[in-house]
Amino acid sequence: MTGNSQTPDPEKEKRKIKSVKKMKEIMTNYYMEAKTAEQTGKKVAWITSGGPVEPLIVMDIIPVYPENHGAMIGASKMGVALCEKSEEMGYSRDLCSYARADIACAPANGGPIGGLPRPDMLVCCNNICGTVLKWYEVQARYFNVPLFILDTPFSHTGFSDEARKYVRKQVDEYIAFLEMVCGKKCDYDRMAEVGKLSVQGQRLWQAVLDTAAHKPAPMSAFDAFFHLALIVTLRGTSVVVDYYTGLLAEMKERIASGISAVPNEKYRLLWDNLPIWYRTKWLSEKFAAHDACLVADTYTSAWCGSLKYINENDFLGTMAEGYSRIYLNIGVDEMAETVIEMIDKYDADGLVMHSNRSCKPYSLGQYDIQRIVQEKRKIPTLMIEADMVDERNFAESQIETRIDAFMEVLKAG
Amino acid sequence: MKNLALFHEIAKNPYDYAKKVKKESGRKVVGYFCSYTPEEIIDAAGALPFRIFGRGGDSLADAHLQAYSCSLVRGALHDALSGGLDFLDGVVFPHTCDSIQRLSDIWRINVKTGFHIDAVLPVKLDTKSSGEYMADVLKKFLRDIENGLGVKIAENDLKSSVMKYNRIRSYLGKIYRIRRENPSLIGSRDLHAIVRASMVMERDLLVEELAALAGSLNDGKAAGKTAGKKVVLAGGVCNLPDIFSIIEDSGGIVVGDDFCTGSRYFEGEIGINGDIVESIAKRYKDRINCPAKHSGLLTRGEHILKLARESGAKGVIFLFLKFCDPHSFDYPYLKDMLNREGIPSMLFEIEEQLPSEGQFKTRCEAFLEMLEA
Repeated sequence: MTGNSQTPDPEKEKRKIKSVKKMKEIMTNYYMEAKTAEQTGKKVAWITSGGPVEPLIVMDIIPVYPENHGAMIGASKMGVALCEKSEEMGYSRDLCSYARADIACAPANGGPIGGLPRPDMLVCCNNICGTVLKWYEVQARYFNVPLFILDTPFSHTGFSDEARKYVRKQVDEYIAFLEMVCGKKCDYDRMAEVGKLSVQGQRLWQAVLDTAAHKPAPMSAFDAFFHLALIVTLRGTSVVVDYYTGLLAEMKERIASGISAVPNEKYRLLWDNLPIWYRTKWLSEKFAAHDACLVADTYTSAWCGSLKYINENDFLGTMAEGYSRIYLNIGVDEMAETVIEMIDKYDADGLVMHSNRSCKPYSLGQYDIQRIVQEKRKIPTLMIEADMVDERNFAESQIETRIDAFMEVLKAG
Repeated sequence: MKNLALFHEIAKNPYDYAKKVKKESGRKVVGYFCSYTPEEIIDAAGALPFRIFGRGGDSLADAHLQAYSCSLVRGALHDALSGGLDFLDGVVFPHTCDSIQRLSDIWRINVKTGFHIDAVLPVKLDTKSSGEYMADVLKKFLRDIENGLGVKIAENDLKSSVMKYNRIRSYLGKIYRIRRENPSLIGSRDLHAIVRASMVMERDLLVEELAALAGSLNDGKAAGKTAGKKVVLAGGVCNLPDIFSIIEDSGGIVVGDDFCTGSRYFEGEIGINGDIVESIAKRYKDRINCPAKHSGLLTRGEHILKLARESGAKGVIFLFLKFCDPHSFDYPYLKDMLNREGIPSMLFEIEEQLPSEGQFKTRCEAFLEMLEA
């Protein structure tokens, strides 16, 4: 058995992020624990990706993320079949593909991990979209379990005192809801600890993402899409803090030894919107072939973007504002400012935007953001029309042509 | 019923109507979206509340909104960008769905139609704190309207506006009931025009016209039983008077609706004792909800079921704007709930214009044929 294609390419091996193995272990254990919750007597809550998970951690409830499930379905290319199934159930093809895929999974225990563990409760925070409200209503009817809605008023031009008071009140209602479902009191000392761990985890995640400001970038947005899972799912635990501490050290080592995500990084790009989960590898290779690295993205940084509103010493008191003012729950002009700040911070040469049919709050307004960026930074921009999970909305040859044309413009500039 | 023509004329040419009012009376005109806008407050400030619907075109929206946005937001933005809405002195965006939410941002950045108010209403409506927040938002809205229009709203003016709206809503409800009991007295196409006109007409005039119409309908003799199968319509915004004609030409009689441009607009009275803004808030919280808002898991299903039962409808026709997420998410459960009660339903997705008129007629005929007589 010599000289066959199984021999790892040392150049490729060098570029692989070593922490990936650890991350896979953590996620496998996490899903195992969630799937066996019934045997261990732990309660399971389904929660939206932007929802406050910290009180769940305090109450020893296992948080499960249907959106993360949606991403797994997309990445394992099972999206089309499940979306079609949901359409048979009566859901329009124009609806969010995460929601469609997850709704179709529930009755059949389908999908890459045989369905999510049955929830004991549902926690829906509408800071990311109105879709999650409808999706969780569907699941609350299906599973017949209590639903808590954390209503986070949208900040078109600012966060009103009225909204602050309302969300703060709901934080108490949320904890009362969990106490009711679990039949035990919330430990506020532990809440304070978990709040600190959450802030620490978010800071570390931001620090990891910041390493991509180095030229060449030690990691790409595609790596961030993968490593994101922990800050989403287990925020507020020491597992997250430990893992990102290790990942940050690895990124620093890569910088020190000159290991970059893309071999000959010449062009640095910023990605906007959710990943196209079934094509991350294809897109990553496509851009790398042009010596282009997607150095940052607006999506993975959304889990630490509102840190400025949170006081780690008064987590419960300030999380209302922190959770309300996340990237998707703000006006288009403020989003454009954030994009421009990122372009400057990561010294991006171009902007790649995914116009995602599944996500209206993320996508409607992108044309204006594109125009604002062009006016203020005069860099090339590319709009890719696709969908995060439903591959039927991905026209490969058309997208390939557009990427090539975009890269030609960049190279000529 | 001479004034039916007036309602039809205004419903058909709302922009011309508002411009005429503005020119003749000097009143300011405040555009708004969606039936969650607390119009009473705009009226009390002396301005004309004007509900914005597109007039058909949407090409100018292409630079700002993807093709997967609904025709309501695309059409409205097109009209604004084309200067068609320049007569507005201000615009109000109540928080409802993701699309209207982003339309507000895009509008604020690109359109000059006077002041811009976002009324960021609660999304859930079934808790105490959301009720308090609703009242807080309306109090803020009142201040924003005062600032926008440069006026002060007197408590008494607000109270009399509320009483005016109570009368408007009660007349609309009455006319709906007359129609339900005696469909031969007034066509559903007429009813639709009346509701649409109500959202843009000078409200003092509207009260008089509605009173006259209700009176004349009450006096009218039923022209005998109307042939046809009774149906209830449900959905969001209906901008197409033709829809009603097609349904009726296909052998249906529309005996009720759950539309934003129908009964959701006028249901629920406002109490006039106690804090008046809080009473207004209570009405918007308690009326049957739009699916973009949460008020219980089965509330809308039970409401539509009750509508169908009380009106003796044999079926329900769902009419959704294409790309309307909140309605599309509710559809499977509503359909199942109706099915279990033996009430068949059909779904038709519409754009603001009706390019597939033939298709709609064919489906209507097939559906109505299947219904019990």
